[in-house]
Amino acid sequence: MPKSQQDAPLIVEGPLSDNERLKRESNYLRGTIAEDLQDQITGGFSPDNFQLIRFHGMYQQDDRDIRAERATQKLEPLINVMLRARVPGGVMTPEQWLAVEDWAEQHTLYGSVRLTTRQTFQFHGVFKPDIKDTHRAINAVGLDSIATAGDVNRNVLCSSNPLESALHAEVHDWSRRISEHLLPRTTAYYEIFLDGEKALSTQEPVLGETYLPRKFKTTVSLPPDNEVDLHANDLNFVGIVEDGALVGWNVLVGGGLAMTHGDTATYPRTADDLGFIPLEHTLAVAEHVVTVQRDWGNRTDRKNAKTKYTLDRVGTDVFKAEVERRAGVTFEPSRPYTFTSRGDRFGWVKGTDGTWHLTVFILNGRVRDEEGRPIKTGLRKIAEVHRGHFRLTANQNLVIAGVPTAQKRTIERIARQHGLVDDTVTPQLRNSMACVSFPTCPLAMAESERFLPGFVAQVEQLLVTHGIPDDHIVLRVSGCPNGCSRAMLAEVGLVGKGPGKYNLHLGGDRIGTRVPKLYRENISPEVILEELDHLIGAWVSGREEGEGFGDFLIRTGVVARVTVSRTDFHA
Amino acid sequence: MTTTPQLLQGASPLTPDQHQRFAELASTLTPLQRMWVSGYLAGSAEGADPTGPAAAASAEAATLTILYGSQTGNARHVAGDLAQAARARGLTVSLTDMADYKPTQLKSEKFLTVVVSTHGEGDPPESAEKLHTFLTSRKAPDLSGAQVTVLGLGDSSYEFYCQAAVDFEDRLRALGATVVAERLLLDVDYEDQVAGWVESTLDVFEPELTAVTPAGGTVVQMPGLAAAAPTAYSRRSPFLAEIGEVQKITGRTSTKDVRHVEISLEGSGLTYQPGDSLGVFFRNDPEAVDAVLQVLDLDGAQEVTLGETTRTLRDALLDDLELTQSYPGFVQRYAEAAGLATLAEMAQDKAALRSFLEERQIYDILHEHPAPVGAQQLVDALRKMQPRLYSIASSQREVEDEVHLTVGVLEWDGFGRAHLGGCSGHVRRSEEGDRVKVYVESGEHFRLPQDPAVPTIMVGPGTGIAPFRAFLQERDAAGAEGENWLFFGNPHFTQDFLYQVEMQGYLRSGLLTRMDVAFSRDQAEKVYVQDRLRQHGAEVYDWLERGAHLYVCGDADRMAKDVHAALVDIVTEHRGVGAESAEDYLGGLRDTRRYQRDVY
Repeated sequence: MPKSQQDAPLIVEGPLSDNERLKRESNYLRGTIAEDLQDQITGGFSPDNFQLIRFHGMYQQDDRDIRAERATQKLEPLINVMLRARVPGGVMTPEQWLAVEDWAEQHTLYGSVRLTTRQTFQFHGVFKPDIKDTHRAINAVGLDSIATAGDVNRNVLCSSNPLESALHAEVHDWSRRISEHLLPRTTAYYEIFLDGEKALSTQEPVLGETYLPRKFKTTVSLPPDNEVDLHANDLNFVGIVEDGALVGWNVLVGGGLAMTHGDTATYPRTADDLGFIPLEHTLAVAEHVVTVQRDWGNRTDRKNAKTKYTLDRVGTDVFKAEVERRAGVTFEPSRPYTFTSRGDRFGWVKGTDGTWHLTVFILNGRVRDEEGRPIKTGLRKIAEVHRGHFRLTANQNLVIAGVPTAQKRTIERIARQHGLVDDTVTPQLRNSMACVSFPTCPLAMAESERFLPGFVAQVEQLLVTHGIPDDHIVLRVSGCPNGCSRAMLAEVGLVGKGPGKYNLHLGGDRIGTRVPKLYRENISPEVILEELDHLIGAWVSGREEGEGFGDFLIRTGVVARVTVSRTDFHA
Repeated sequence: MTTTPQLLQGASPLTPDQHQRFAELASTLTPLQRMWVSGYLAGSAEGADPTGPAAAASAEAATLTILYGSQTGNARHVAGDLAQAARARGLTVSLTDMADYKPTQLKSEKFLTVVVSTHGEGDPPESAEKLHTFLTSRKAPDLSGAQVTVLGLGDSSYEFYCQAAVDFEDRLRALGATVVAERLLLDVDYEDQVAGWVESTLDVFEPELTAVTPAGGTVVQMPGLAAAAPTAYSRRSPFLAEIGEVQKITGRTSTKDVRHVEISLEGSGLTYQPGDSLGVFFRNDPEAVDAVLQVLDLDGAQEVTLGETTRTLRDALLDDLELTQSYPGFVQRYAEAAGLATLAEMAQDKAALRSFLEERQIYDILHEHPAPVGAQQLVDALRKMQPRLYSIASSQREVEDEVHLTVGVLEWDGFGRAHLGGCSGHVRRSEEGDRVKVYVESGEHFRLPQDPAVPTIMVGPGTGIAPFRAFLQERDAAGAEGENWLFFGNPHFTQDFLYQVEMQGYLRSGLLTRMDVAFSRDQAEKVYVQDRLRQHGAEVYDWLERGAHLYVCGDADRMAKDVHAALVDIVTEHRGVGAESAEDYLGGLRDTRRYQRDVY
């Protein structure tokens, strides 16, 4: 359903945001990063480079737990960078896994990697003297961190559906090709971090000299699984399979979850379906969705710059027509598809090629040895014998993929010994997710990752009390409104407002096609649990067969349905 | 710059003979001496000075020259006491800091007293280095006919006790001087012995001096000394100051505990300059004192006498007596008092005693060798607590009546005990509002350039950064336009970058032209400030050639020597000369006070 806005300007006039200046002055993302790397007086980067390093996959952060303490010590904050790798579709080899794990253990503040909702891993706590070596280390095993942050197309997500091995390989290949097609062409990354030769000239035919107005996210998925959470993304290719073969995609554009507290011009939004295209137009359509957003996206206000706002300003039909014109493609009517889940399928499944896949639960994506659950050691031991590959899932879990039958028992034994296969992990915990937040994320307003385990235990207790211990609610916590844990597609979404305070959103659905509405603002976990206690009680007694918590709350009018975000979300 | 202007005879009213003699004299004068001479002559031209040319001339033959080489101020104070007592007896005295003394003048000295302290591995103080080197050089003159005495100050817990004084006396004697009184070597608790030495020394010299001196002698004092404004508070009468803040300034995983201390001097009238030190009296650790009382089975409430005063044993141990820095004299006295034969025997073997004392505090010796000893016997075996000196880390132009220190807390484990330094441990136990006795010790040999436009190079690893924080505050407040380059080092960047945020601010404001850091343990090969100096050797040499003053503060045993070696290499390479010439170049900088060190 097109949302046409008559007479809306295609390009927003006005003073450009400061990020536009620094991108333009950066000489294709070089800036003075190399000089800052030499500066031994601070662990950080100058203000412009602070932004530019993001385009190379790094965020300047610090240990916020001790920020005040260090100020009294007359020391700067414990500044370091978080480095996010580019792993299209989340596929890694065992050799890559071991190299990455080794590096994290020896050269990062936290000694471990974190798997993220974008099917990649992050090193947290890399200090400046180790930055170049870290890039070299991942480069040595065929990885990089190009364009995993900043105003570019970021790591491309891809279904990790372990059942359809041949199809998975095919869609994964498309995710890799799309990622590479949309990458910046500048060689700044190689020059700065890998001592590569300086390029004589640079051109950016797709992204342009000042790159995109804002970050841009892409997924490739294979129904019926929506674990990539496509509605959180700007550009989505939903695989259409006919007679067992991938024939093309439905293209959905304009999803995105970030918002700003107190700013009703910002809102989370699901993506619009532009229609079907056959496979051969994949790259052209990908390129021109990006170029239209590049040219029409709002560069005067970063809070209004994402594709979702461009669509709402110019109208989806206008946007679609421009993509068709530029790509020389006409969208066909959408073909039918159905999503039935977006969780991971834990445990063993057998693929169509006869190999086995074991999906293991990683609490908060944090690959760390815990008391009684030495999962990091376990994964290392598996990587040492594993001959298939690993797939990082968009739910921060891990698939040990492509295990031959002969090796299944060995892998199973190691996994059990190290708590990777743990029958005591409840459905509720498996359907709960948190972003990183404190102590490393500079945007964090409330605890998230550290808050989740205790909070989920209390929700589990509510389910037990109400007699449904094996049921679950899709529960997600974000430390701020930027949405890394995709709380704005959860049945119960908590968004950090301040220390110990969250906004409670309710009414998303289990498959992730509806944005939950604000139910109560700025409340403590205790109050949230009181609300949930009451609402779960109502759900258990009044739900229809198979009805999820979010659907129940919408049907019974506890919260209003968000259909058109621009008008409904803040209503 | 300090070059002497050419004396042109045609332009002066002097006779040719006067002109020649004046030119000779002028060529030997240090800048300070020139200032003094100019002031002296200006004053006498206006009739303000009653001392006529005749009297001045006759005094020349019968002057007692007192030369002091002082690091912490003690030698300077003792030399001052001698000069004052001499003046009281009507003798003519020339009291001069060795740093200001032209060594070629030595050949005309007839009566000479040398007061010199010893540091590190038997080294003379910075200010004595020039004269010390001169005495062992081929240029050293024949001193036959000169009468000399030597007083040494040192610390018997070090291996080369009072070695500098021994060296001075040996050299003077070798050059033909007559040693008229046996040298006296004083340990850290020297104060009670000073008066006796002053009197006996003057008793030796007085008959000789009065034989040639007319009545009404004068004390000729160098302006540097006179500049130290007298205040009511001193080492002998310290000010009871309030502590405003004690803040650890190393990170939580640092291997070092360094404290930034802010002390209020409000109401004291005490003033200081960047380069000065603060003397701090401290209180021993009450827990450690009580443990000693227990192990020796002594009652802390017993009264004991200390000199003229009576106190309880516990109070004496807490506030008056040294219990941390061990030294040979204690072992001997304690072994004797307690009847510990094996300990007494070990104390006979100097080498064994030294290694025994190396890491032990007095607490350790008492715990290892508890013996029935009387309260007064224990007190008599211990020496008086000495204040500790800290380079001041602030400028009064910035902090007004506060004084800031950068205190490295000494701590180590051994002999079954946790050890803390005496004063630094006290600092760690202190809180805001506590009081501490302090005094200002002037540091005439560690001063910013008079000219605010002159560049400075500051090398201050570890707590050696303290006086440079003072320098930077001073230059900032004064709006001095001279460039400043700071070298700093410590083990780890994230944990041990002292005053990091302040230095970053100074770099941003441009007060610090540049800063180079060496964090020794952040990479496989250790890197130190001397390596950074070498790395930027061409620029360092360029700065020196542009007149920069060079300052080094911190560890004397290794850092200062390594830095000096690096400087020699830099001058050798970039001046294109041999090592000996490079040493001369640096010696020239030192003589013109452009290479100053505050090392400990």
